[in-house]
Amino acid sequence: MVKDRIKKLYMSLVFVFLYAPIAVLVIYSFNDSTSRGTWGGFTLRWYAELLSDRDIKTALYYTVVVALLAASISTIVGTFTAIGLYSFNKMPKAIMLNLNYLPVVNPDVVTGLALMILYLSANMRLGFLSMLLSHITFDIPYVILAVLPKLKSMNKHITEAALDLGATPMYALRKIVIPEIMPGIITGFLIAFTLSIDDFVISFFTTGSGVTNLSIVIYSMARRGVKPTINALSTLMLGAVLILLFLINKRSSLIDEQKNNGGFI
Amino acid sequence: MNKRQKFFAYPYGLWMTLFILLPILLVFLYSITSKDTNQIKTLRFTLDNYRKFFDPLYINVIIRSINLALISTFFCLVIGYPVAYIISTTNLKKRNTVLLLFILPMWMNMLLRTYAWMTILGNNGLINSFLNMLGLPSFRLLYNNTAIVIGMVYNFLPFMVLPIYTVLSKMDMKLVEASHDLGADHKTTFLRVIFPLSLPGVISGIIMVFMPAVSSFVIPRLLGGNRSLYIGTLIENLFLVTGDWHFGSSVAIIMMLIILASMSILNRFDVDKEGGAGLW
Repeated sequence: MVKDRIKKLYMSLVFVFLYAPIAVLVIYSFNDSTSRGTWGGFTLRWYAELLSDRDIKTALYYTVVVALLAASISTIVGTFTAIGLYSFNKMPKAIMLNLNYLPVVNPDVVTGLALMILYLSANMRLGFLSMLLSHITFDIPYVILAVLPKLKSMNKHITEAALDLGATPMYALRKIVIPEIMPGIITGFLIAFTLSIDDFVISFFTTGSGVTNLSIVIYSMARRGVKPTINALSTLMLGAVLILLFLINKRSSLIDEQKNNGGFI
Repeated sequence: MNKRQKFFAYPYGLWMTLFILLPILLVFLYSITSKDTNQIKTLRFTLDNYRKFFDPLYINVIIRSINLALISTFFCLVIGYPVAYIISTTNLKKRNTVLLLFILPMWMNMLLRTYAWMTILGNNGLINSFLNMLGLPSFRLLYNNTAIVIGMVYNFLPFMVLPIYTVLSKMDMKLVEASHDLGADHKTTFLRVIFPLSLPGVISGIIMVFMPAVSSFVIPRLLGGNRSLYIGTLIENLFLVTGDWHFGSSVAIIMMLIILASMSILNRFDVDKEGGAGLW
């Protein structure tokens, strides 16, 4: 059918638009020539240069450490907050949720500079701690938004039954509520982690004294013009993302399989 | 659930006050005080920072930014709606793969995605080298508004496609069939049934593209060069280069108001709002 062909053509054009820039980055990361017009042969020179670059290595270290810490802390705080919020009355709950929503809807620039003003007003030195605190601040709302729906859809009677059968509230929380909302908690953690890894604007405003993350390094390199080492870095980061996605996919299909098997027994 | 569990939310209440509410109040405070004093005692309140903003120079910055964001949102909608529609009509087996392929570029760092366009549009970038190879002269493709719009559409397209796709895939296909049964052709069915039903998705798509587009400072900085200012780059300049926090704060407050206002206007059209945070 003609219509199907038009659809296919359109989708291919969109995919070319989406993937061409990435393909260009990957191809040029192996190009042994500083000018991008010419192909100077295959090389791993830029990767070698990348691996010996101190700035990039420290940035990578800070990116991963901040993301892991911020995602873990915000997952714990966010989960408990969501559980607490769940038993709130309507009005205070709405106030809390709206305030919680503010960093989500506020432009990153505003969140970033507002936090910068806060730290500098409190005479705090900008650096690792200020960046970590900022990351936690913009991560928690997403964790709450991921966990709260799971609490709402949970069957209340299970907890009540546990309490009736003599479980202490803490025991019921540990054995019933947390396992029930676990998918939401994991989603929240993953969202928080990816947001932290990718953040540029808020980190840019709230960091200082030699503490940078990968986004900041890429920004300052890109501002000085195109550089082949950035291409190599992008290729490596893309590879990392692909491996991560593959693992997540494998894990979820494994879980599906187990569930299916369990269903038959 | 137990009433004592309420206490679980209190620490975050404190955190929010400290790290969400207080910073915004500080920005507001800076925006209504004058430059020459730093001590709380001698604080002088003034509206000069806001008055300064009505200089044609800065009004133009706002108009330019909104204009650019609107153009980008328009292109995202025009390109993205058919994509969402096509994905929602592909069969279930293929659909997840197509969706994954579409979201995959979003997993790459935003700066890298923007940087990629520098290598394509640059003076000795891919397009110009290709033109040179054919014996044609180079064009100045980078550092202008077109480059910014391309960068924004590239970065924000999934934000438009995903909400529209979600609405379309949940749509009751019986309504479409009914429309055909009642004699409507494809065009009428689309205009009178499918499109109106997908409006909530379109509206959240517009919000999700317009918001980052109007406030972005990375894309204008990298693809637009240093020649013209946008709200995002103006704020960055005022805070990190000139250090004029008072005027910078007033610009930030105005940007916040623009975004909250456009969101609440668009939200009125959104019929099936999902509870919770309705205020914004």
